[in-house]
Amino acid sequence: MNRKISQQIAFTLFRIFGLLVVVILFSILGFIVVNGIQVINWEFLTTAPKDGMTTGGIFPAIVGTFYLIVGSLLIAFPLGVMSAVYTNEYAGRGWIVKIIRMMTNNLAGIPSIVFGLFGMALFVNKLGFGDSILAGSLTLSVLVLPLIIRTTEEALKAVPDSFRTGSLALGATKLQTIRKVVLPTALPNIITGLILSVGRISGETAPILFTVAAYFLPHLPTSLYDQVMALPYHLYALATSGTDIEASRPMAYGTALVLIGIVLIMNLIASFIRRRLERKWKRN
Amino acid sequence: MIKNKFFKRLIEKGVEAMLTLSGAVTSIIILFMCIFLFVEGFGLFKSSTVEEGYSIYVNSENPVSELSPQELKQIFDSEVTNWKEFGGKDQAIRVYRFDEIFKTYPEEEMGEDFSILPIVLGDVVRENEGIVAFLPTDFAPEANNGIKMIPADQISFSDFFLGEEWLPTATPSPLFGLMPLLLGTLLVSLLAISIALPLGLGVAIYLSELADERTRRFMKPVIELLAGIPSVVYGFFGLVVLAPIIQKTFNLPVGETALTGGVILAIMALPTIISIAEDAMRNTPREMREASLALGATKWQTIYKVIIPYSKSGISAAVVLGIGRAIGETMAVLMVTGNGAMIPGSVFDSVRTIPATIAAELGEAPFSGPHYQSLFLLGCVLFVITMVISVASEVISKKQNYKH
Repeated sequence: MNRKISQQIAFTLFRIFGLLVVVILFSILGFIVVNGIQVINWEFLTTAPKDGMTTGGIFPAIVGTFYLIVGSLLIAFPLGVMSAVYTNEYAGRGWIVKIIRMMTNNLAGIPSIVFGLFGMALFVNKLGFGDSILAGSLTLSVLVLPLIIRTTEEALKAVPDSFRTGSLALGATKLQTIRKVVLPTALPNIITGLILSVGRISGETAPILFTVAAYFLPHLPTSLYDQVMALPYHLYALATSGTDIEASRPMAYGTALVLIGIVLIMNLIASFIRRRLERKWKRN
Repeated sequence: MIKNKFFKRLIEKGVEAMLTLSGAVTSIIILFMCIFLFVEGFGLFKSSTVEEGYSIYVNSENPVSELSPQELKQIFDSEVTNWKEFGGKDQAIRVYRFDEIFKTYPEEEMGEDFSILPIVLGDVVRENEGIVAFLPTDFAPEANNGIKMIPADQISFSDFFLGEEWLPTATPSPLFGLMPLLLGTLLVSLLAISIALPLGLGVAIYLSELADERTRRFMKPVIELLAGIPSVVYGFFGLVVLAPIIQKTFNLPVGETALTGGVILAIMALPTIISIAEDAMRNTPREMREASLALGATKWQTIYKVIIPYSKSGISAAVVLGIGRAIGETMAVLMVTGNGAMIPGSVFDSVRTIPATIAAELGEAPFSGPHYQSLFLLGCVLFVITMVISVASEVISKKQNYKH
């Protein structure tokens, strides 16, 4: 009877833990949403900060984050997909692939602030881009590369081998097979990775601190060599170093909500696509 | 026709070469990272312990001829006021900073390009037996008859790795001691993992052994979302909600403590721990569970006598990766731990972690100066720690795979 009781206690505890995780998520989300929703309106989304960031909006930060997303994906996406195609389709199973995989895993484990240091040393100083969209995008693209490589590799692995052998048997070359059969089949899954990367890039602060982010810029960037404001850094600035922290709190809530909104929507779209695909594969 | 085929071949080979090259891209990046971080970081050991462009002078009657950076700091902070503590005479230390000269001699009397300045400064040092003067090398008096220069050492490995004070902007001699930052990082990470491990393991057990399919389908995205929330948002939440709660509960003067950081980091490490541990538990072969149940064990006994031991290495990998996540986390910790760069005495002390230090100070450190280099060296330390963690977790999870 004793062991039944201890089982009861343990299982109840685990259920509570599970519930606790849900509660934590929803209290964070709820806190941000409830406080942020009061601030968000059309003006907040389309004007620049005013009066020492206590009123106005976050338009320059939204635009800046958008530029950074586009910039870093333009670099990281082709590179990441190509890298994954190489390891999955060309490289076989030798030690080279093992090293490449290990390096990709290691890169994924490096803290984001180290990417910031690296970006500052290489792109900002050595290559002389200065604090700029270019330097920031390059830094973020390095950061997001492992994620793209990993998701693309998984997507490629999910393509059945019979597709490849069938195409090759019809006389297509390896490249044709990859281009016309493998990649199109894997595309939706690859897109999932892309969307997840958007979420990741838009939330990262540490890598852009010293490579692109500006505390306050009233105008929008005009070239690749301009600094921009970015949502995560703007939130950090509002929360810790505004001229009047109490007065800029509502702005901070609004920024946090927009930021979380982008990340959550990206995650939801990605998992929606994934689920639809899973169902499709099951049907076939 | 033949030409066409040749071309196709050529293109095919070209593309293959390109793909091969991009396959190596992550390795190249890591290599570059190593080079840049280490070259910049190890530059610190070439710089002098005294601030660039300045030297320390004493009267030549003074038997003390060497002062360590710590001793200099104690002198200039007036913690030590007598020379006998450093093996000198029983005499009061007179700290002399360069700009004091303008109180006794107006600027106009210094001559063209301040040409008289070194002579005047020389007189000051010669006349005061207990003086220690911090002077710019450009205007320094010659070190002879009555004046002695304290030679500046290069910053040594032990100054950095064993140093117990982090005062990168102290004058005349900044202190770059890793210890307070490293201990702060470890304290916060261990706090985080000791909260996140039982919690995460419990949720993993719940998800893999107890929950029905519908709960699982609800919980998976919850955990994914928890992993997706940007760290700066966690930091904001910690700052606005958690810090006041902790301040009130434990009756503290401020809520930004190591504990606050630990709790926030625990939440951030949870998704990693849950998903890896759950995967490992699900991989326990069905026969083992059934054998255990068939012997009359309860479900709970099966879990802790069969499933947990079986997925031991998976769980260890989860712990290692969770610690890795906690050690490297920057923004959240920066916002909630209070950033006092001292060796922490308790979990209610303010601490500063390595990543938070880099983020907080890099913007103000003069380019390529010792402070800047020391921050890169901190980056190297982080880099090495996370590399070790990655490799360790890989080795551990390989063990798990061999069992099948």
